[in-house]
Amino acid sequence: MTVHQISVFVENKSGTLVKVLDLFKEAGIQLIATTISDTADYGIFRIICSEPMKAKSVLDAAGVSSSLADVFAVSLENYPGTAADAISFLSQAGIGISYLYSFMLSGKGILIFRTDAPEKTADVIRAHGMSALDDASLLSLV
Amino acid sequence: MEGSSFLHPQFETLSRPEIEALQLERLHGTLLQCMKSPFYRKRFAESGISPQDIRTLDDIVKIPFTTKQDLRDNYPFGLCTVGLDQVVRLHSSSGTTGKPTVILHTQRDLDQWADAVARCLYMAGLRPGDIFQNTSGYGMFTGGLGFQYGAERLGLLTVPAAAGNTKRQIKFITDFGTTAIHAIPSYAGRLYEVMAEMGIDPQKDTRLKTLVIGAEPHSEEQRRRIEQMLGVRAYNSFGMSEMCGPGVAFECQEQNGMHIWEDYYIVEVVDPVTLEPVPEGEVGELVLTTINREAMPLLRYRTRDLTRILPGECPCGRRHKRLDRMKGRSDDMMILKGVNIFPIQIETVLMQFPELGNEYLITLTNEDANDSMTVEVELNEFHDDYPRLQALTGEIRRQLKDEILVTPEVRLVPKGSIPVSEGKAVRVRDLRKTLI
Repeated sequence: MTVHQISVFVENKSGTLVKVLDLFKEAGIQLIATTISDTADYGIFRIICSEPMKAKSVLDAAGVSSSLADVFAVSLENYPGTAADAISFLSQAGIGISYLYSFMLSGKGILIFRTDAPEKTADVIRAHGMSALDDASLLSLV
Repeated sequence: MEGSSFLHPQFETLSRPEIEALQLERLHGTLLQCMKSPFYRKRFAESGISPQDIRTLDDIVKIPFTTKQDLRDNYPFGLCTVGLDQVVRLHSSSGTTGKPTVILHTQRDLDQWADAVARCLYMAGLRPGDIFQNTSGYGMFTGGLGFQYGAERLGLLTVPAAAGNTKRQIKFITDFGTTAIHAIPSYAGRLYEVMAEMGIDPQKDTRLKTLVIGAEPHSEEQRRRIEQMLGVRAYNSFGMSEMCGPGVAFECQEQNGMHIWEDYYIVEVVDPVTLEPVPEGEVGELVLTTINREAMPLLRYRTRDLTRILPGECPCGRRHKRLDRMKGRSDDMMILKGVNIFPIQIETVLMQFPELGNEYLITLTNEDANDSMTVEVELNEFHDDYPRLQALTGEIRRQLKDEILVTPEVRLVPKGSIPVSEGKAVRVRDLRKTLI
């Protein structure tokens, strides 16, 4: 029901993203989606990729600060309103979303998000018959 | 303890009025001696004072300070008060930050120095029959020869093991039955580790009972830990090459502050900015005047070491003042919004957070004519949890404000992003511009 996401703690200066991306390139790991959140205080580079476990060990070996987390990945049909419905189910259940990003993959809309109540979120996903992906099913769409 | 607790009762048991009378007498002698050095003759002439103007100990404030820069500018022999044929020893500082400095000694100076160190070791309970192993570097470093001569003066069997080669040090300890060691605190920890690897239990397999530690900042907790590990009592030692070396101040059996030998030194503690005396018991820069030295007396020498005089009387009976542990160096002081701040204060707060690494960088700026401080500190382990990061940042900021009275910006940064310099770490970057 969840996929692995790599979060890299990045310095707010030029060259740091390239350093991280070069490590993925050298290890032959494919990026599926990335997003950068940059508050005044911290830069966090979040990555969904083809081999998250390998990516984590590559980053560790290079001394790059990162963490591996489970995030929800929901696949939606590609027409207006599907995202709104999915998120309204969560908010009706009183679940707070910490962060969310989305992208298109093989004609599907993919929502990646993290919530403050993972178990309750899983219940809502099941109850509404949403299509939640794991690492393998996400990779099969690539 | 057996016998007397004083090696030099004629000096160690003096009352305060007796100490001060002796100091005034010796200060007069020192001032006359100083007039024989080209440096002090010129310094006194320039400031329009003469030795006769110093009538009481309080008059010492009329004398200009002597600084490390004065020693550099007059390198090598400009502060010498005797003919070089009277000088029997020279110690030189490495001069890593510029020109080196030298300290010169007559035979009498060396004898007095050895006596001071012997007095310290006796106060720590060492007696003839003890075996004293010195792990200081020898050569120009004064911790080597200083302890060697002092321990020999006391009649200890003295092993000049010098620095390094830990396994050999341990072999000496077990083979010779070493009872006392001089080491920096981190090396004492190292000795314990290697003993453990070699299957040696310091408490059962050695005769160690006394450790002399100094030259490296350490906390009371560290001292107690070392004492427990090695099964010894550890005594703090304070010295500096400009004041001979070891033997300036030392802990008694109370292990509560280091008695500074006031028959050798006049002690002042001053505000490093205003150079005015701080109220008794408050932290400031230690200023020392040698009053028992021939070849190269120093008047009101700014040591740059920050400490305070412990208030109250020591139960050991000595009335020589006690110095608290050194709190850092006055060279490192920053002034922000009129507040004096030392990096060690910030470091102490940061080190209390297990989430943080050892590296940090303090940056001072003055955008819009307003001083501000940013503290960047490395995060040990990163978790993608924004609320937690924010809470941690807020807590660090709050605790820093409690300590330094100004609120800094706190920025958590990834491990490895603060450059580690070779040798002494750069902790402070002052980017403030002059606004005129």
